Order: sequence, then structure tokens, then C-alpha cells
Amino acid sequence: MDLLTGIFITPFAEMIGLPDLFFQALWDGFVSGTLYGLIALGFVLIFKASGVFNFAQPILVVLAALALISFYKMGVPAWISVVLVLIMFYGLAWLIERLILRKLVNTDGNILFMSTVALSFIIIGAAQWIFGGRPSSMIHKELGIPTGSFEWPMFGGGVYFDLLDISAAVVAVILIVCLGLFFSRTKIGRGLRAVADDHQAALSVGISLNQIWVIVWFVAGVVALVTGIFWGARSDVSFALQIIGFKALPVLIIGGFTSVPGAIVGGLMIGIGEKIFEIYWGPLLGSGVEGWFAYFIALGFLLFKPQGLFGDKIIERV
Amino acid sequence: MSSEQKKVMMEVKNINLRFGGVIAIQDVSFDIQEGEIRAIIGPNGAGKSSMLNVINGFYHPQEGEIWFRGEKRPSMEPYEVAKTGIARTFQNIALFKGMTTIENVMTGRQLQMNKNFFWQLFRYGPAIEEEVMHRKRCEEIIDFLEINHIRKSPVGSLPYGLQKRVELARALAMEPDLLLLDEPMAGMNVEEKQDMSRFIIDVNEEFGTTIALIEHDMAVVMDLADRVVVLDYGKMLADGTPKEVQSNQAVIDAYLGVAH
Repeated sequence: MDLLTGIFITPFAEMIGLPDLFFQALWDGFVSGTLYGLIALGFVLIFKASGVFNFAQPILVVLAALALISFYKMGVPAWISVVLVLIMFYGLAWLIERLILRKLVNTDGNILFMSTVALSFIIIGAAQWIFGGRPSSMIHKELGIPTGSFEWPMFGGGVYFDLLDISAAVVAVILIVCLGLFFSRTKIGRGLRAVADDHQAALSVGISLNQIWVIVWFVAGVVALVTGIFWGARSDVSFALQIIGFKALPVLIIGGFTSVPGAIVGGLMIGIGEKIFEIYWGPLLGSGVEGWFAYFIALGFLLFKPQGLFGDKIIERV
Repeated sequence: MSSEQKKVMMEVKNINLRFGGVIAIQDVSFDIQEGEIRAIIGPNGAGKSSMLNVINGFYHPQEGEIWFRGEKRPSMEPYEVAKTGIARTFQNIALFKGMTTIENVMTGRQLQMNKNFFWQLFRYGPAIEEEVMHRKRCEEIIDFLEINHIRKSPVGSLPYGLQKRVELARALAMEPDLLLLDEPMAGMNVEEKQDMSRFIIDVNEEFGTTIALIEHDMAVVMDLADRVVVLDYGKMLADGTPKEVQSNQAVIDAYLGVAH
């Protein structure tokens, strides 16, 4: 009986009794959710265009953050460093297309996947050699991203808002809107959607797969850089950061591997869900709920809605 | 169309195509004249689709030359071939399933879109004019092929015959000089076949598009084509007008099946 009350009554009573705490949890969840969504977005872009789950995406986030900090430490102004990182990522995208994708086109998805695993470890090795293994702190202040926090009085209590979190959410929204316009309006964006749908047909209307792949890996790099800046600002930048990257996996399962809005909605669901669950149901189940909640939900999706909320339903005609 | 002397648009010379030890095409040569409807026929596995894929750049033959508009063509990728004014459709329909009919047709304009990236992004300035102009052209083609009623439908949900027509519309949107059709009437019923035949003739006559098509149905080919190439087991059996080909003993044997 106590257990049932603990599951079905107490948490909701607490939510209503202390609404400020509930809103705080919602906001914190929302912020982590946008960041999960951003990481997932990087995966979605590459999955859409080349049909490969890019194992190297989390390490790209670390690489972007580390490179940004190193350029700054070398005396380059902060915003110029951002530009340099973007140029570097364009070069990397070009190299990856030339050396890996072009050779492996039309091979099995598993082979492509394994090549991204290899790529990921190569990048880790190279990055450790170039940047060293020590954690460093992000240069978000130098980039002009506001820090500090304020309290918004609400329901007799108050909700704390971190300016950094607000910036992260705003930047994430801008990035998503821009990507949306890019996909629906520009020639390159349309080409990208075409490639995602059907390689042969895309080629037949004059779209170069090679060019599209370079662009899509570059865009995934841009997303990685944005993610790296904001994740790096919340903790330190180190190779441990890539673990967070794999939080994107349940997000992708929920949102669907091919959907940009799915990545965002999935990210928010996981971010908010795990925060709320941790606070209100966590005490019943012991601590550390945040660690497995996302995977638990994802497993449910795999069983009952394997294409995710927004993913393309794959129907094989027999 | 009369058999008066025409300009040769494309010439394939002594094409040999092998996959490992399997010979797909063996020493095939023929030409395609400007403004004609050229059919490639033959039994299953004769190498018809392979031939189209060679012209289109999907396959690169081990030996042989392709001459296009009087020049020898270097080895090209399919997207480069598309830029030279060659469009195609596929035997198994290759549409962008996630897009609507109009979006699919608009992808055919991809190569002609060249306004500034940022103008496109914010739909401003010359990018609007460009978008409107291409859109208008696509609507005309959609009208022409009588698929107006499915403009906004996602193509994945359309019946087979209509999908084939959307694919043709996309190819036409490229305003090609040479249109390659891989079994445009496969899997259609009699009525759909008649419609498709009519569209193919109209495209040829109204737009002056040169067409090379693969077809199984002999009766259809005889009505449509100006000239016919017959392939069998990757080799060339005959080349000539439908009448000539029909009375060719080797062709009759291949189609009716004699003991080899």
C-alpha cells in the first residue's frame, strides 16, 4: 500500500504542493533536453544523408571544443577561433568523404558503421596527441555568452534561471530554425533530402553524392561545435564529454533516426522525463535513476514503436 | 517520323561490359538520332538495362566508346551525365518517397537553380523570382502529364502507374535533350499503357525530346519506336525499323524461343 501511494499519490501531491520546485525541475530538464537534442541532431543529419550511424559524432563534439580552446590559447581572438574550427571541420569533412565514404559507397551499413568506429578512435588518438589529455575550461565568457543567474519569484518560492542555459536554449532554437530553412529552401538542402531518400534518383537529376556528403559532415561538425561550446561550458572539456554523446542514442530511438524535429522532441522528452522521474520517483528506486531512465523508455519504444515518433516507417512488401 | 537523313545525337561503339566473369554486354554498337524514339528490346537478361546504365554513367564499360553530340565522352559519373542534358527513369521507380509530387518534380530543376545560397535561405530577392519561374515550369509539366490532382500527395502512397508518371515528370523537368526510359510501361494495365504511350509520343513531338526506351511489350514498341535495337544475351541481334526487325529471323527465334 505504501508503495502504491509512493508511486501514484505522493509525487503528484508534491508537484502540486511545491509548484516552484516542479517548474525548476521542468526548466532544468528542458535545458538538458535541448542539449541532448543537439547531439542527436548531429547523428540524424549524417544518418539521413548517408544511412550510417556515425559513431564518431560524440568525439567530434570533444574535438570541436578542444580545438576551439587551443586556438584561443594560441592567442587567436575567440570568434576568429570559431571560424578556424569551422574551416578545420570543412577540411575534415572533405578528408572523410575522400578517404572513407567514397570508397565504401554502396557497401553494407555495418561496414560503414565500423568505419566510423575506427574514425572515432583515430580522432581520439590524434586529438590526444595534439591537444593533450588534460581537461580544460571552455572559453564561453570570451565568446560573449552571458553567465550568472537570476531568480524568478513564482508561487511563493522562486525558480533559478542560468543565463548560460537560456543562451543554450536560444542558440539551439536558432540553429534548428536555420537548419529547417536550409533543408526546405536551398538548393543544397533539397539536394540533401533527395540524397537521403534515394541515391540513384538523386544522381540521375544531377546531384553529386560526394558534394552532399562533404556538406552534411560539415553541418554535423557545426552542430558538434555548438554542442561542444555549451556542454563544455557546463562542465570541463575532456574526453569524458563523449560519454554524454551516447545519451543521444535513446533520443534517436524515441524521435526516429531520420527526423530533425524528432531529435529535438526526443531530446526534450528524455531531458525533462529523467529530471522529473529522478526527483519524484527516484527516492523509491534508489538514486541514479537519471542514468538508466532514458534507456528504459527507449527500450519501450523499440518494442512498441520501433520507427520512433517521427521516423520513417519501413514497410517491406512481401 | 519519316526516315529522312537525321543528325546523330549519340553513338555507342563496341561496348563491352563485364561483371567479374559475367558478360553483360558484348560488342554492341548503335546510334541514336536527334528527335527519334529509339527502342531497345530483348528478352530478360539481354543487357537492356545495363546498356541504359552505361549511357547514364551508372556502369562504366571495360571497352568501347560513347560519342555524344559529335564528341567522344570521357568516363562520367551519373550526376555529370545529367548535366550534359540526359535524364532518365528507372525500371523499379526511384522516386523521393518522402516528398510530394511537386517536390519530386522540382528536384528535376536542381541543376538550373543557381541563385545565391543566402537569398534562397531567406527567400529574398532574385531567389523568389527563380523559385517562381521553376515552379511554373514544373506546374506546366504536371498539367501536361495530367497529374494535377496528386500535386501535393506524398508519392510513396500513390498507385504504381501514377508513380511512373511522376518519375517521368521529374525527368521532363530537367528539360533533357535525351530522355532514357527504362521499361516505362512495366506492370501497367492496358489503359495505363495507352496513356503512357500517348505521353511518350507527345513529349517527343511537342518538346522535340529524343527518347531511348526499353520495353518488353513488342506490340507497344512497334507502335512507338522509329527504330529498334534488339539485344539477346548481351549481343546485338538486329537494328532497324520496327518492320525490318519484326521480320528478322534471329529476332523471331529469340522471342519465340528455339532450341539453342
